Amino acid sequence: MKKTFTKVLAVVLALCMVVVCFSACGSKKDGGDSTASDTFKIGSIGPLTGDNAVYGKAVQYGAELAVKEINANGGINGKQVEFRMGDDEADAEKSVNAYNDLKDWGMQILAGTVTTGACLAVVDKTKADNMFQLTPSASGADVIKNDNVFQVCFTDPNQGIASADYIADNNIAKKVAVIYNSADAYSTGIYNTFKSEAAVKGLEIVAAEAFTADTTDFSSQLNAAKNSGAELVFLPIYAAVAASILKQADTMGFKTTFFGCDGLDGILSIENFDAKLAEGTMLLTPFAADAKDEKTQNFVKAYNEAGYDKANLNQFAADAYDMIYVIKAAAEKANVTPDMSVSDICNAMKSAMTQIQVDGVTGLQMQWKATGEVNKAPKAVKIVSGAYVAMD
Amino acid sequence: MAEKRLKLKKNTKNNTITYALVLAVFLLIEIMQGTGNISSLLSGLLVPLCMYSILAVSLNLTVGILGELSLGHAGFMCIGAYASSIFSVVTQNTITNVWIRFPIAILIGGLFAAVFGILIGIPILRLKGDYLAIVTLAFGEIIKNVLGSIYVGYDSHGVHMTFESASSLDMEPDGTLLINGPLGISGTPNDSNFIVGIVLLAITLIVVLNFINSRAGRAVMSLRDNRIAAESVGINVTKYKLMAFTISAFFAGIAGVLYSHNLSILAATSKNFGYNMSIMILVFVVLGGIGSIRGSMIAACVLTIIPEKLRELQDYRMLIYAIVLIVMMLLTSSPKMVKFWEAHSPKRFIEDKFRSKKSKAKGVQ
Amino acid sequence: MVLISNLINGLSLGSIYAVIALGYTMVYGIAKMLNFAHGDVIMVGSYVVFLLTTKAGLNPYLSLVVAMAACTVLGLLIERFAYRPLRGATPLAVLITAIGVSYLFQNLALLIFGSQVKSFSSIFNFPSIKLAGGQIVITDETIITIVVSIIIMIGLTLFVNKTKPGRAMLAVSEDQDAAKLMGVNVNATIALTFAIGSALAAVAGVLLCSTYPTLSPTTGAMPGIKAFVAAVLGGIGSIPGAMIGGLAIGVIEILSRTYISSQLADAIVFAVLIIVLIVKPTGILGKKYIDKV
Repeated sequence: MKKTFTKVLAVVLALCMVVVCFSACGSKKDGGDSTASDTFKIGSIGPLTGDNAVYGKAVQYGAELAVKEINANGGINGKQVEFRMGDDEADAEKSVNAYNDLKDWGMQILAGTVTTGACLAVVDKTKADNMFQLTPSASGADVIKNDNVFQVCFTDPNQGIASADYIADNNIAKKVAVIYNSADAYSTGIYNTFKSEAAVKGLEIVAAEAFTADTTDFSSQLNAAKNSGAELVFLPIYAAVAASILKQADTMGFKTTFFGCDGLDGILSIENFDAKLAEGTMLLTPFAADAKDEKTQNFVKAYNEAGYDKANLNQFAADAYDMIYVIKAAAEKANVTPDMSVSDICNAMKSAMTQIQVDGVTGLQMQWKATGEVNKAPKAVKIVSGAYVAMD
Repeated sequence: MAEKRLKLKKNTKNNTITYALVLAVFLLIEIMQGTGNISSLLSGLLVPLCMYSILAVSLNLTVGILGELSLGHAGFMCIGAYASSIFSVVTQNTITNVWIRFPIAILIGGLFAAVFGILIGIPILRLKGDYLAIVTLAFGEIIKNVLGSIYVGYDSHGVHMTFESASSLDMEPDGTLLINGPLGISGTPNDSNFIVGIVLLAITLIVVLNFINSRAGRAVMSLRDNRIAAESVGINVTKYKLMAFTISAFFAGIAGVLYSHNLSILAATSKNFGYNMSIMILVFVVLGGIGSIRGSMIAACVLTIIPEKLRELQDYRMLIYAIVLIVMMLLTSSPKMVKFWEAHSPKRFIEDKFRSKKSKAKGVQ
Repeated sequence: MVLISNLINGLSLGSIYAVIALGYTMVYGIAKMLNFAHGDVIMVGSYVVFLLTTKAGLNPYLSLVVAMAACTVLGLLIERFAYRPLRGATPLAVLITAIGVSYLFQNLALLIFGSQVKSFSSIFNFPSIKLAGGQIVITDETIITIVVSIIIMIGLTLFVNKTKPGRAMLAVSEDQDAAKLMGVNVNATIALTFAIGSALAAVAGVLLCSTYPTLSPTTGAMPGIKAFVAAVLGGIGSIPGAMIGGLAIGVIEILSRTYISSQLADAIVFAVLIIVLIVKPTGILGKKYIDKV
């Protein structure tokens, strides 16, 4: 009885598969047609669903905004730009799938991926295809090991060093506790260099407390930090978790200064977050939505006018916005056109990247080394009465 | 006697169809590749498809044939992936011939997973039902957590290991970092390809199908159907349970090898080796039909391809996947629908005349 | 001092696990199914409270009542449309459907509420208790969580053992067919179980988010799994067992995070579960079952 039924199901599933296979062939044809077309096809990959969707969405909105503006102003080298984003749920395997899917679409330049872990899997594929890749936010040091990959954001080691230097040079604290996510490449990357730079600068790390993904209770980490006598707690983590940590610290009566990196940006835009908890918190970030400079204000205005979700307006969106303009600058410098092959575009863009200088939302006079690393100045900001105030 | 011969014949026929299906898909893909008629997405999915098929087939051995629910299959995959990846990274420069190195890596991955299968299987196979399920889930999570937070390196003084951070390894400057905590292992050579994948799938099928039809396999199935009766006729419960469980773990390990040698980065996250992955494999098995090896393969392929083909739908992708999953379950497993399918089966339509005889025979059974 | 405050934190976390575990254990005891979507009902309940308090400005306690009602309805709907049609099917089919329901809720929440984490304000607003000169701080959330979980446990035990619908539940969990013959409405009883379990999930969600103030579409997933582990540890199907299991898991988790390794805390929790089950295969308070031919 069950048997007959299983057979029916098997046949149905097999049919599904045949259909799927054929549709897969079909999409190849679409891809074939579009390569000859007259538009630049820029693809991006990031988590649009799952735990990290907030970052992928931010990149999607920021990039789309820039693409819209560029197209309205005549495109890149007179050619219009098409943008498409693939979902990878921040997983390496799915990221490669998304990359292949974008290739079928006819992608010529990869403007991604968003997260480091997934990016490490994709960089070898772009290397094999010799496709130009510029990541907005994958900040791991290994991401740029191949010469075709460039970063808009700082690398993690740089952030760790910059943070330790800033704390030491401005005499903010001598005893530092660190709470970091040991299951996260970004967080551990910053922590490791922070630790070695702190030793050089004479900072004492009195407590280094790790947590892992899915942790909700930070009482033991905060207790340890509290009892270690630290004057400052360094949080090289993302805003969502930091919000929870700040709140729990407040509940248990632990008052101290918190210091974070670019991941902490966006903490004030978390819905219903009590900004008082973050009072006095300092962060090194290339972007602060409340900054008063013209570039930032124009970007924020355009973002809001376009009607994107305000909750995603953070440094990822800003990095992505800059990323598209960097691609434009490099493409115009190299004078590439959509009818060139992927590999030719890559070679031209690679050398152009080291020659351009871009004033972006996340930094003025951004320049790139041939290694793929960006050179821009981080901004240190402090949260005072619910808003970012530039320090210095 | 006549009855038995008939049954064997049916088995052989059934297995032949399974092998033929794999061969047909292989040839089809080869033709598509040869004529350049394959999309990048599909060609990138070929190794994962083989991998998921192996995982589904091997889990079916535990769930369908042994009759025990395992929610920790991804843990064995994780062990296979890590063990083989370490081997490949270390020997990459000494054994340059892929055709020597990769088979050894595959064996190492499988064997490590099998050893853990035995170690874990001995205590837990005494448990039953949902308790066994939750313990396998626990083991899977432990394996993922430990491998996801360990730092391992080696230098002239030997192997160093810590859970702290890479700098606490205290290695000589010439030391090599093997597992970099949550960042995992990088630089695994990309040795996996479709041919290796399909060969491994074929080996899995041969071993599993032959096991099922062997004396040991029948002993295992008798345990599933009625443990007490099986015990009373002298079947060694622990031995046969462990046998099935270990074979299942071995092939999960091999799938892990395919996984780790397909991507250049290997990190144990809850996405790839967590309970979600174990459950996903279980979904393949259940949807493909518990105990049906062919069904497992087909379900693994279809359910891997569906979310990829739904990419155009963006935000609604996983939502639709969830709905498809629920609807498929309701359509295939609800007692009412099963009856409906029975009544409207195309096979029944065709074989209407022979039907009455068959159902009588079944009634006797 | 540190040990005491860690123990208190552990009890607080454990009480939350216990309330979630009660939902798991009741549904398992009666419907014999792992309701994997239970964690996501928690998430839905928390979002309801969040929206009502921040967007509609409703009184927090009133919004908790609304959330309980909403989750009850949700639980009944899930039971009616996803699980009831599968009654009589293999337990695995039901398990997979539950997983599908769980995915469905997570992705619906992602679409409706967005991907950004929300900061959840505690709905309780009492002063914390400070002991030993401020070295030990016991928050109002901690006290309320512990008290609420004890009340719920006692209430459920009384309900199941003393009232008619409760005894019907016992009968159904013992033998569905026999219960049917004795005039118990099996469908209604199972629906009632889901309703109670889901209402408890709303309470658990509010306790969870009040103590750990972030809310995202995956908020319920990991606490759900941990609570499930707690239910099994205590002996699934047993109400006091869920309580003991929950508290044990909470305390072990916090202590191992503090004194052993925060990376391995989850691994240690799972290891304890394995050891307990190997020594006592049906959990701490689980019923022994005997195989019959």
